[in-house]
Amino acid sequence: MIFRVIEKAELRSLFTMLSAANRVIGPVGVGLDRSGRQLYGFEEVHDFDRVALDYTMTSLSAKKYFLPYREIMATFTMDNKDWQKRIDYNIDAPFVFFGMHACDINALNRLDKVLMGSVYPMPYYAAKRKNAFIIGIGCEPQPNCFCRSMGTDTALHGFDMFITDIGDRYFIEIQSDTAFNFLKKIRTGEPVEADHLSFMKTGAGKNEKFAASVDTTDLTKILDMEFQSEVWKQWGDKCLGCGTCANVCPTCYCYSVEEEVSIDLTAAAKVKKLYSCNLIDFAVVAGGHNFRPERHSRLKYRYYHKHRGFVEAYEESLCVGCGRCGEACLADITVPEVIASVREGRKTDGQ
Amino acid sequence: MDNKLPFNDVIDQRHHRRSDLSSFEYTHKAEITSIHKLTEQENLYRIQIIDPAERERFEFRPGQFLMLELPGIGDAPFSISSPPSRKGDVELCIRKVGGLTSFLSRVERGTHVGIRGPFGTSFPMEKMYGQNIMLIAGGLGLAPLRTPISYVQENRSRFNNVDIIYGTKDPLQLLFTYQYDMWRADDMRLSIIVEKPDASWQGRTGMITRVIEEIFEERDDAFFRNTYAIVCGPPIMFKFVCSMLNQKDLPMQKMFVSLERRMHCGMGKCCRCNVGSTYTCLSGPVFDYWTVMNLKEAI
Ligand SMILES: Cc1cc2nc3c(=O)[nH]c(=O)nc-3n(C[C@H](O)[C@H](O)[C@H](O)COP(=O)(O)OP(=O)(O)OC[C@H]3O[C@@H](n4cnc5c(N)ncnc54)[C@H](O)[C@@H]3O)c2cc1C
Ligand code: SF4
Ligand code: SF4
Ligand code: FES
Repeated sequence: MIFRVIEKAELRSLFTMLSAANRVIGPVGVGLDRSGRQLYGFEEVHDFDRVALDYTMTSLSAKKYFLPYREIMATFTMDNKDWQKRIDYNIDAPFVFFGMHACDINALNRLDKVLMGSVYPMPYYAAKRKNAFIIGIGCEPQPNCFCRSMGTDTALHGFDMFITDIGDRYFIEIQSDTAFNFLKKIRTGEPVEADHLSFMKTGAGKNEKFAASVDTTDLTKILDMEFQSEVWKQWGDKCLGCGTCANVCPTCYCYSVEEEVSIDLTAAAKVKKLYSCNLIDFAVVAGGHNFRPERHSRLKYRYYHKHRGFVEAYEESLCVGCGRCGEACLADITVPEVIASVREGRKTDGQ
Repeated sequence: MDNKLPFNDVIDQRHHRRSDLSSFEYTHKAEITSIHKLTEQENLYRIQIIDPAERERFEFRPGQFLMLELPGIGDAPFSISSPPSRKGDVELCIRKVGGLTSFLSRVERGTHVGIRGPFGTSFPMEKMYGQNIMLIAGGLGLAPLRTPISYVQENRSRFNNVDIIYGTKDPLQLLFTYQYDMWRADDMRLSIIVEKPDASWQGRTGMITRVIEEIFEERDDAFFRNTYAIVCGPPIMFKFVCSMLNQKDLPMQKMFVSLERRMHCGMGKCCRCNVGSTYTCLSGPVFDYWTVMNLKEAI
């Protein structure tokens, strides 16, 4: 990898250059919560001063720019017994993502595996993913973050450049040719040994600040063993089945397809809508049978897919430990607590 | 202007995987060429891909399914019920249960529909050459089973003893009654059983497991060592049938079942068909029974 260092003021020049010709999405403050804490979101930004480089965590993930909550997959024109289908992959202009944390970059890497790397790659996603210029940025662990447990506290690929604050300057990892070329247009320097040391010190400092953690040892097997555990029922009793956790999660990608038709029956659209496996009708089939009628079976399923099924298929978890679901859940259900209780269940069940 | 980001046309790049990015959502236009009423609930639709070249290229294997789309109405998975040799001129046996299927029951011949696929895994027919086959269906399970039946029929000399075992609730629900004589004529032994007979019913009465018990009495253990089974029907039925067959030391990997789950894409993307740690649309719908035993919530 190629590294550079820049003076802090140079970041503004980079932003100005990029935003003059491209759409830029970045973290911005979007109001306060009930206890007066600053909330953040990823929004389109035109002014560098609005970019909250030191943002804690956005309430919603960056997902909507890659997997919109509602997307038209195809449209139809209809004429009696015949029709024409027009498929549109919604390929837009490239855009800049200015300031994404490592967990969210890793979330995109996980999505890449399912949505681009498997059979039937999905152009709707690929078009946005491959046209996003991603600038990563270092972060401070928040009380709910457990990315370190999931191995997603640093991003190894999936971005164009990554910025780390090393005190007086920014340390930059360069991943793409495009990023390299943009950086040629601002003032950069080759890092020296002292910069390397500062970079390492920053990383070590971050590691000490994690408050939450998840023990993933043998987790795939434990989830199989504890599939019938009472613990799931207890969590199920708390869960409201609202689907908020999937909504805020950067790696939840499941969806529903609906067809909408115009009043005069001459046009229709096939619409993809993000869904959640916690919603009651997720696994309902024709005839009314529901494969997961109870809240606990659906909640368990969400954990099972993230921490068991995906691991089996791709050797890593689908949860990147961003902590958003725990933060958003009205019933205070957090991943570290659920996983710990399932492990605990194993101990106390005496099996 | 030279600060504009380079545009990456994902569709122009040939993808390195099996399918090309640009084929996602690709829909063959097809015409309903005939509608045949089988029972009060089920119709048999013959659906032909309109473009002759596309029709010829539509190759599928027994057990695979397709996604049938009616613009403005919906998009749903159905097992292909016709012989693979007929390619893109398929038959679907469809039960009227909801929005799309009720709409279908009212359309006329000549209506255009969309077809995506074929999708999913299939019954490994070639592996079964030289062996006995038990083709077992409960209820609507005969729809997917009709494809391996016609495969065996077309390649009859390659298989040893062939048993077709079919059970329904009552005689009125029996599907494809007009084909039974042809199956028998092709040296496939057909045993039919209904749970609730009506006044005119002459045949066997009871659960499907009764027929299997009869076969147990008549065949020796060596028979089952050289047997494959294909079981289609509700989970409760194949669970009973498969565990019975396993008592005769028929390996679970030689029994195949077809699972049904909600599906919205057929391509491993929407997650709706998740079962255990995998997707029914990609790793299934056809699974060997050993795999099913290892999948949480499969049965
Ligand atoms: C692999 C497979 C093979 C099938 N083969 C047949 C067959 O040969 N004959 C037959 O009659 N039925 C078959 N089904 C069931 C068939 O898909 C449903 O009957 C159909 O989806 C009902 O659609 P609907 O709009 O009428 O019902 P609604 O209840 O109105 O359903 C609305 C939508 O939900 C989804 N959906 C509902 N039920 C199912 C389901 N069971 N499976 C998948 N998606 C569902 C569909 O997208 C459907 O359009 C099969 C299902 C699967 C998974
Ligand atoms: S876990 Fe929490 S956020 Fe998720 S569905 Fe249940 S109540 Fe809603
Ligand atoms: S499951 Fe929760 S903690 Fe894990 S990636 Fe999703 S939102 Fe973040
Ligand atoms: S049907 Fe969408 S993932 Fe299987």
